[in-house]
Amino acid sequence: MRWPKRQHSVLPGFGLTLGIAVVYLSLVALIPMAALFLRARGLGWDGYWETVTAPRVLAACRLSFGAAFIAAAINAVMGFVVAWTLVRYRFFGRRLIDALIDLPFALPTAVSGIALTTIYAPTGWLGRALEPWGIKAVFTPLGVVIALTFIGLPFVVRTLQPALEDLEADVEEAAASLGARRHQTLLRVILPAITPALLTGFALAFARALGEYGSVVFISGNLPGKTEIAPLLIVTQLEQYDYEGATAIAVLLLVVSFVMLLLINALQRWSGRRHARGA
Amino acid sequence: MSLKPATAEPRWVRTLLVAATLAFLGAFLVTPLLAVFVEAFRKGADAYFAGFADPAVRSAIRLTLLAAGIAVPVNLVFGLAAAWAVAKFEFPGKSLLTTLIDLPLAVSPVVSGLIYVLVFGLHGWLGGWLQAHGLQVIFAVPGIVLATMFVTVPFVARELIPLMQEQGTEDEESALTLGASGWQTFRRVTLPNVRWALLYGVILCNARAMGEFGAVSVVSGHIRGKTNTMPLQVEILYNEYNFVAAFAVASLLALLALVTLAAKTLVEWRMAAAPASVLIAGDEP
Repeated sequence: MRWPKRQHSVLPGFGLTLGIAVVYLSLVALIPMAALFLRARGLGWDGYWETVTAPRVLAACRLSFGAAFIAAAINAVMGFVVAWTLVRYRFFGRRLIDALIDLPFALPTAVSGIALTTIYAPTGWLGRALEPWGIKAVFTPLGVVIALTFIGLPFVVRTLQPALEDLEADVEEAAASLGARRHQTLLRVILPAITPALLTGFALAFARALGEYGSVVFISGNLPGKTEIAPLLIVTQLEQYDYEGATAIAVLLLVVSFVMLLLINALQRWSGRRHARGA
Repeated sequence: MSLKPATAEPRWVRTLLVAATLAFLGAFLVTPLLAVFVEAFRKGADAYFAGFADPAVRSAIRLTLLAAGIAVPVNLVFGLAAAWAVAKFEFPGKSLLTTLIDLPLAVSPVVSGLIYVLVFGLHGWLGGWLQAHGLQVIFAVPGIVLATMFVTVPFVARELIPLMQEQGTEDEESALTLGASGWQTFRRVTLPNVRWALLYGVILCNARAMGEFGAVSVVSGHIRGKTNTMPLQVEILYNEYNFVAAFAVASLLALLALVTLAAKTLVEWRMAAAPASVLIAGDEP
């Protein structure tokens, strides 16, 4: 490997700090992740395909992708309402609520999991309200969606807030003075300007929801083929010493994570360009 | 803030949106938080504190403190080193390095645990060698520490990199021109400039280190009193229908989350108020 050439700089410590960063990152993250791909290679293409198309794996992936998508969509809509309210309106308790938005980041996932299960159980505070409608949340796919919505909320709100704050008032004033009704301004002026941020938030929430484990396993009930999510299936197969099966699903999740990461980077560059243009 | 009528929503729309926000956040954020404390105290304060007399709970608390006590300082050093290299220098592969630092955030916690099982587990790369030397990583404390380190890699670095990039290299160059050594420049110029972002990163890093569940669960083996961290102990107590004790331990973690949120809010206010650049902190010892 050729040592990266740095541009001339008078500051010291380039070799030392880059060395620490690269060595540590390799030891802790890159080499162990390489182990995963090498292990999967042992399966061969046919073996890999056979493993990930087994009915139980397919069902788990369908639930994981589907529930993550629905949760991210709910968050895109409600996250927009929340971000809009927090940025545009002044009301009692606004600052407290703003600080509370990050709770799903800060609260350990196991705690979120048991708390959500207790609330949405048929005897729980919110489960009781759903029961007369015949809606069951705990141990159903709905429970998975609830947990994933909780986990993804801060991603959309925190991505949208700066974008909404950056909107110039004069653009909306211009729209209004040209005769646009308020909902037309929203649809034709505001929404296009914040679309990159909204998509970024959606993608972040989706990516996080896809791999989420702790907050889901308590509320989902983990019935194979029904409420078993892909990360849980990895754990189950690991407990049965089926390393190949676990590795195959993990590679699938990891590849999707990489793609999401690249997509999110591209989206952020897009929204960055928009901000630079002053749109 | 008073908006001009032409660009403001009618009063009923505003009321509706605020109500929707409060209802949604009430159902999704406030209720779970309240439920933790209500369930923990359901059978009174004595039952609550009795939960902490359990030796397994005490050992779980100790292990959580140990894992965070190692992972946070290590990732603090890594974050400072990575941010210095990325923010102060230009080199090929820089954006790749920045992306790789964020990688653990994108990986499922379960996969984060699995990769260590594949390296250090009995059937892993180093499993045979470790066993021959009487060492155990997986289903033991080292594995838990490693998994915690992995999931907390990005937190300090990702707070520092954008700020240090924005601050540029002028302050440091001036200090060097005035005769400061590299280390003095770092300690007296760079560190004071980034102190709030650094604190912010450490707070987030610590919260994740103490609260990590999925990754630690895969490598722990759930040996009571030995390899259970607080979140894992919560799971065990909950699955044994010992709800009061489970929520009692969970309430400690929820308190940690609340302290984290409060500290984060304070730091954000300080960051907004802090001067953009401090050249030389002259009154420092």
